Amino acid sequence: MAATTDDIDYSDIEAKYHVQYDDSFDNLLVVDGIPVIDKSKLEKLLAKICKEFSRKGISIKPDDIHMPWDDTTGKSQGFIFVEFKNVDDANLALAAMHNHPFDAKHQFKVNRFTDIERYEQLDETYVEPEVEEYTPREHLRAWLADPQGRDQYVTYRGEDVEIHWHGKPSQSELAMKPDWKDFLYVAWSPLGTCIATLHRQGVRLWGGSSWKPQQRFAHPLVKLIDFSPCEQYLVTWSNEPIVVPEGAPQGPQYLSPDDEGNNIAVWDIKSGDLLRTFPSHADDTAAKKQMQWPALKWSPDDKFVARVTPGQMISVHELPSMYLHGKKSLKIEGVVDFEWCPQGDKDREDAEKDAQAASSGSGASAKAVKKARENMLVYWTPEVANQPARVTLLGFPSRAILRQKNLFNVTECKLYWQNQGDFLCVKVDRHTKTKKSIFCNLEIFRVREKDYPVEVLELKDTVTDFSWEPKGERFAIVSSSDPNLGNPGPGITIKTDVSFYQLEHGNGKNDFKLLRTLSSRTSNAIRWSPRGRHVVLATVGSSSKSELEFWDLDFNMDDAGRREGQVSKDEWGSGIQLLGTADHYALTDVEWDPSGRYLATSASSWTHTLENGYAIWDFRGQEITKQIQDRFKQFIWRPRPRTLLTKEQQRQVRKNLREYSRAFDEDDAAEESNVSAELIALRKRLVDEWNAWRARSKAEFLGEGHKTGKGTDSRSSEKEEIEVWIDEVIDQVEEEVLE
Amino acid sequence: MRPILLQGHERSLTQIKFNAEGDLLFSCSKDHVINVWYSHNGERLGTYDGNNGSVWTVDIDSESRFLVSGAADNTLRLWNVATGKCLYTWEFPTAVKRVAFNEDDTKVVCITEQRMGHKCAVRVFDINREGEGTDQSEEPAYFFNPIGSKATVCAFTLMPNVIITGHESGKVALFNYKTGEEIESNERAHSDVVTDLQLSKDRTYCVTSSKDKIARIHDIKSLMVIKTYTTETPLNSAALAPTRPYVLLGGGQEAMHVTTTSLRQGKFETRFWHKVYEEEVGRVKGHFGPINTIAVHPAGTCYASGGEDGFVRVHHFDDSYFKAQPYGVVEIDD
Repeated sequence: MAATTDDIDYSDIEAKYHVQYDDSFDNLLVVDGIPVIDKSKLEKLLAKICKEFSRKGISIKPDDIHMPWDDTTGKSQGFIFVEFKNVDDANLALAAMHNHPFDAKHQFKVNRFTDIERYEQLDETYVEPEVEEYTPREHLRAWLADPQGRDQYVTYRGEDVEIHWHGKPSQSELAMKPDWKDFLYVAWSPLGTCIATLHRQGVRLWGGSSWKPQQRFAHPLVKLIDFSPCEQYLVTWSNEPIVVPEGAPQGPQYLSPDDEGNNIAVWDIKSGDLLRTFPSHADDTAAKKQMQWPALKWSPDDKFVARVTPGQMISVHELPSMYLHGKKSLKIEGVVDFEWCPQGDKDREDAEKDAQAASSGSGASAKAVKKARENMLVYWTPEVANQPARVTLLGFPSRAILRQKNLFNVTECKLYWQNQGDFLCVKVDRHTKTKKSIFCNLEIFRVREKDYPVEVLELKDTVTDFSWEPKGERFAIVSSSDPNLGNPGPGITIKTDVSFYQLEHGNGKNDFKLLRTLSSRTSNAIRWSPRGRHVVLATVGSSSKSELEFWDLDFNMDDAGRREGQVSKDEWGSGIQLLGTADHYALTDVEWDPSGRYLATSASSWTHTLENGYAIWDFRGQEITKQIQDRFKQFIWRPRPRTLLTKEQQRQVRKNLREYSRAFDEDDAAEESNVSAELIALRKRLVDEWNAWRARSKAEFLGEGHKTGKGTDSRSSEKEEIEVWIDEVIDQVEEEVLE
Repeated sequence: MRPILLQGHERSLTQIKFNAEGDLLFSCSKDHVINVWYSHNGERLGTYDGNNGSVWTVDIDSESRFLVSGAADNTLRLWNVATGKCLYTWEFPTAVKRVAFNEDDTKVVCITEQRMGHKCAVRVFDINREGEGTDQSEEPAYFFNPIGSKATVCAFTLMPNVIITGHESGKVALFNYKTGEEIESNERAHSDVVTDLQLSKDRTYCVTSSKDKIARIHDIKSLMVIKTYTTETPLNSAALAPTRPYVLLGGGQEAMHVTTTSLRQGKFETRFWHKVYEEEVGRVKGHFGPINTIAVHPAGTCYASGGEDGFVRVHHFDDSYFKAQPYGVVEIDD
């Protein structure tokens, strides 16, 4: 037996379990800056060094350290070799212990053993680094230079993304069909500079005229993203807490082990660097309520970002450091929600002037210019114990309370800023004493006026949607007293009323007054044109109703003569006019193009699978195009940045509008004739091709077809008419006549 | 003109056919009955009783003397059109899905279903037109199993010994029925089941419809796609309108999904497409379920559609249909 066991060949098992000894020097570090000592202190020093290392989390033993000696003096040479278990530990020690102060006089200088050799052989002569040739990057706003001034939109259908130009029918064409793969959805940045796709690995930004990748942010399993208003930063969110696997690449652009367990990440878009991560603190409330998104709210100038910890505080972080502003949060007991005040065009100008003055450095000129309005935010707190509910307007960073309003019997508040930051509407859902019925108050803050006057509109019905006219002094609400409200069922369409209100000037009193109420509609969505004036009422998310109503609120106002305050001269509310109605079955999304000329409606397969697709309408409700496409998911207009024209230039354009429009009219006319000519030519070609093919195939079959005997056409070609007389005896009765 | 509603079936229609003169309309349905109607007034002339299963298909010879039908009771039957008598019955192991006469009425091709271990088979029978018609040979003249995807529709072509078939995979192919050899095929004609195949009057081209929502005109010799009509609903039938340059398409949501979709969503309309320009020109509403089959009068004066709802609707075209020139005056060959 024993003899046979010897014969067994173990080599395969030995090979399998052969331990790989690491015989490279990669796990060896050279630590410089060690105190020079004599042998008597050796043990003590080694123990101290080991302790220093282990404080940083790297455990070494005195045995791992080799200290070379100068035999002539009997003293150490001031450096040591440390051997680590593996390369990873060595790398960690290198990062942690380099420049580590050992004591007042000594500082560790850590190098890899393998590097020392390399440094020795380093060429000391200075070589001029080669200047990399400048390669111009594509202009990210190239699409704005389109000679026809067209807008773009992106569609996402099935697995395909398409970017289209939208203009006159002849100019509407495919701009790009990128081959982006495996992503959740697409999103434009708020100024339209680039487009983001959400992949498993993270977010990718694409831009420029060739749609090359611009930047990427490695947040695995990202589900939601949010851009800052000036496109400087990006917030990403994933429902999976961040896990940094071992051996993951490290650097400013990557998540580090410190970020583990967090859900939200903030990134710098230009550099791609990760700025900070946050946990999704909604853990306790998530079950009850849907998560709020965006979770982080940006101030309009990108200077601050704030997030609310419900019931406790609002934390404001400064950019780009992402440190907590003033090192403490705003502690507000019970706080539910807040909103930043948007920056109006005027505020932006003031801010720019401020910045200019500050950069020129002269204090005198800075004072001369009107100081730009401070950032503002508004938050509300519900009724707690004996305290009433409260809406507070707060200046930031001064943290001064500008205005506070107490409210009673509050169920819920919603905060709506007008986009210029002129007005703030707080929609307050109030309940009666018995808490049985709910009604609605609109508390409107006039933010530009002294002392921030508040006006209250009491409504009997529940308000389901509220929307300010952009840059305007009007708003629209959808209200409903339908008993089915709140318990949606299949086939139930809620009856609603839509009302328009406008600020009335004069009489020393400014008040919001009802312009008009459109009763018994089904509309549940208000979409103002981004230029104001036009508004679309839509019935979204209903399986039986899908109406679109296109309204003009300044119908009797000549565009050229449009001036402030003219409305009051006309009869109140007379300018409201229905321009058209349309229907897009089962629509889910309604969106104006950035110019306010066109409206896009889409039915996304994310919501249902009935007649998915999109349609584009003009502002009068005329259908321009309709595409019914299977598995259609997304339609988004590409946003445009603010105009680059100065106020003076804009005025010039408005003044000379007639001349401009003449040129455009000519273009249109020329094109129309062109298009019809083209179409006729195309049809003629199609007919010619068809006839030629028919002739050819007939000739081919002529012989064969008639060989088989009865040709089908020979018989049917002649119609014969046969006249047949039919005599039918229906009844024969023989009667005997008696005389 | 007001459409004529033919209410003679209790279950969904499977196929309808005009005879060569167009005065008679034959309809078959899942309720085991074949009906014959006067096309001009919708009066029922009679029925052909005897099938013990859904009748999937009928065809009529050019003299309106014989009728063949294929049914789910695994039989192919030959009927006397005038008397309604069943003249002969062939039995197969599986259901008969499609039958067709050749152009001189001497042959009948039939496709049997692929089921219970039996392969899809194509059989060609010689029809003995002498005497009563009861004396038929039991055995098919030719028999073969098409390889690959099963055939769903077929028709005789003008080429000797060649039939054209549409397949479950979307393939359209030409077979020599004597040898069973595939002469020509277009694998990518459709991407889903071919649901119907109808020949032009002179049998030189054909129109196919498919569940992939597309109908196509093919050259019958090369199988080249000549025209494509893309709709947004699965198609069950496509027919060519003689004298006018239109094709008629019918379909709708799958029968099994109908209960979950609204009438509007179902798109149960007959669509008229311009044959050459590939543009939709109009729709005719009326059915409460998907349209299963469409047939056009040989003279092009009316058309009939049969639906999943069990009704046949016969529409006689108004004068305006023949006079209207929506694209201007153009000479288009039929």
